[in-house]
Amino acid sequence: MAEVSVPLAVNGPIIRVEGLKKSFGEITAVDGVSFEVQPGEIFGFLGPNGAGKTTTIKMLCTLLRPTAGKATIDGHDVVTEAAAVRSGIGIVFQDSTLDEYLTAEQNLRYHAMIYHIPRSQREDRIKRMLELVDLADRRSDVVRTFSGGMKRRLEIARSLLHLPRVLFLDEPTIGLDPQTRHYVWEYLREMRRQQSITIFLTTHYMDEAENADRIAIIDYGRIIALDTPAALKRMVGGDLVTLSTADNQRARTEISGRLGVEKVVQADGYLTFEVESGESFIPRLVAALDVPVRTVSVRIPGLDDVFLRLTGKAIRDEDAGSTDRLKSRLRQRGRIRR
Amino acid sequence: MSIYVETRRISGRRGLTAVALGMLDPEAIWMIWQRDLVRFLRQPARLYGSIVRSAVWLFALGLGLRQSFVPVPGMSYTEFIFPGVIAMALIFGSLQSAISVIWDREFGFLKEVMVAPIPRSSVLLGKALGGASTATLQGIVVLLFAPLAGVHLTPVSVVEGLALMFLTSIAMTTLGLVIAVRMTDFEGFGSLQNMVVMPMYLLSGAMFPTQGLPVWMNTFLAANPLSYGVSAVRGVLLGYYTHPLVLDVAVLGGFSLVMLSISLWLLEREG
Repeated sequence: MAEVSVPLAVNGPIIRVEGLKKSFGEITAVDGVSFEVQPGEIFGFLGPNGAGKTTTIKMLCTLLRPTAGKATIDGHDVVTEAAAVRSGIGIVFQDSTLDEYLTAEQNLRYHAMIYHIPRSQREDRIKRMLELVDLADRRSDVVRTFSGGMKRRLEIARSLLHLPRVLFLDEPTIGLDPQTRHYVWEYLREMRRQQSITIFLTTHYMDEAENADRIAIIDYGRIIALDTPAALKRMVGGDLVTLSTADNQRARTEISGRLGVEKVVQADGYLTFEVESGESFIPRLVAALDVPVRTVSVRIPGLDDVFLRLTGKAIRDEDAGSTDRLKSRLRQRGRIRR
Repeated sequence: MSIYVETRRISGRRGLTAVALGMLDPEAIWMIWQRDLVRFLRQPARLYGSIVRSAVWLFALGLGLRQSFVPVPGMSYTEFIFPGVIAMALIFGSLQSAISVIWDREFGFLKEVMVAPIPRSSVLLGKALGGASTATLQGIVVLLFAPLAGVHLTPVSVVEGLALMFLTSIAMTTLGLVIAVRMTDFEGFGSLQNMVVMPMYLLSGAMFPTQGLPVWMNTFLAANPLSYGVSAVRGVLLGYYTHPLVLDVAVLGGFSLVMLSISLWLLEREG
């Protein structure tokens, strides 16, 4: 989980969304979502494929016109002030939007042109960005020769080139191996530290959502829960503490008597009980017991437990549309490498 | 910024006005234009394909029919179809470029452009110029065959020819953009070649003179913008015009503006 210090919201929320809705004919993809994101925050949209995450991001990025509702970014309305919104945001889409026939440097230079970055600053910024994502030595190589992780890093560098105030990441690590995912997040955190930007991300990976300061869980176009990852997990119930001691019988009496834990289950040589916050309970537990403790473990409920609890189902992969199917087919054939 | 907001508002309703008023983003246009050229040069297969196709039409057909067919007194068939083969390189090149928008749209780069703070009209104009440039380059390759086809070029006819080739390519690329802007599936891509490129090419007067044809064919010829491109290019290279040059230029220019406006309207309507 990210350690964060959210800057004080001097001018209020940087993203403000009220009753945002998008219908495609009969289908309602986003069904009246409302939320606010504070400057400097990492805000996550967690939900299965087809829940409305990408549609929401597209509306916030001015690519789709909302059917109803209102959204502002940094005070600018996404419909009536689209140009102002666009120059203030950076986006990394689910699928690569790099031009694979261009070099890394050319991709960034073209970005600088359409974002009107002053000529005098361009080359310097491109150089620094490439260094930041460790691609400086590949600057003149055509993107087609890059690995999936390198392309992602290049896209992130590009999305930050014009110093946006808000960075949108749509499934930023989809299709990447765990190690590369880890690196991508390391870069993202480093960027945030250096540039103090706000990050809005969507994901259907539970562990990725853990990077967010706050998470909105979305299903069928509606936000069904919104809180910090820790608070969301508390909804499921407490942490489970399991321990073994030299004398379990005595330990059990001590735990109940001295720490006020009512329900302690003794089975198979272990004692198990539920507390609100397992991590902060352990030091107290160890200090309170006279019996020597042999092992202690804490199991913290995950976000998947939260999703299961809220929707009665596990996060699943919905049927993909024809374009998605084509894309995955091409991906397999290596046409889209990521 | 304020200029852009205004452009967007106006272009939504009156695309033609916005284009005509020149409220454009030169840097964005240049970026998209330049990208098309860079990509073209990095994919030499496109150029080789164009060279082979042109050579086959010019020499296989030109020399093959030469003996039995004198289209215009005092002009060999190879000479006659030379501008027609240039026109073919232009229409193939232009539509190929315009159609790349579909690829860009589904798999990436167009999104990067669409979320940038630049007016849509500049995106389309850059694409039109880029497509026209790469198509003209393919036309120039055909022009290099001139001595082999027995066509005598002068510096003036080359300069005039290049300008008219570029204008013809603009018209063809903007037509391609109207088709490509809303097209999302790739299945339609193949039929486009048969439904648009071949009829337009064969019914443009590129391969045969237009006198004495049935009325329905003449109607097609008159409605086909490529006819005017063929007439103009043939006119300045060989001195043989189907229509007055002024009419050719007016039709090609007007057609391009209308196509640009329609594609802008289609692009703005999105979402």
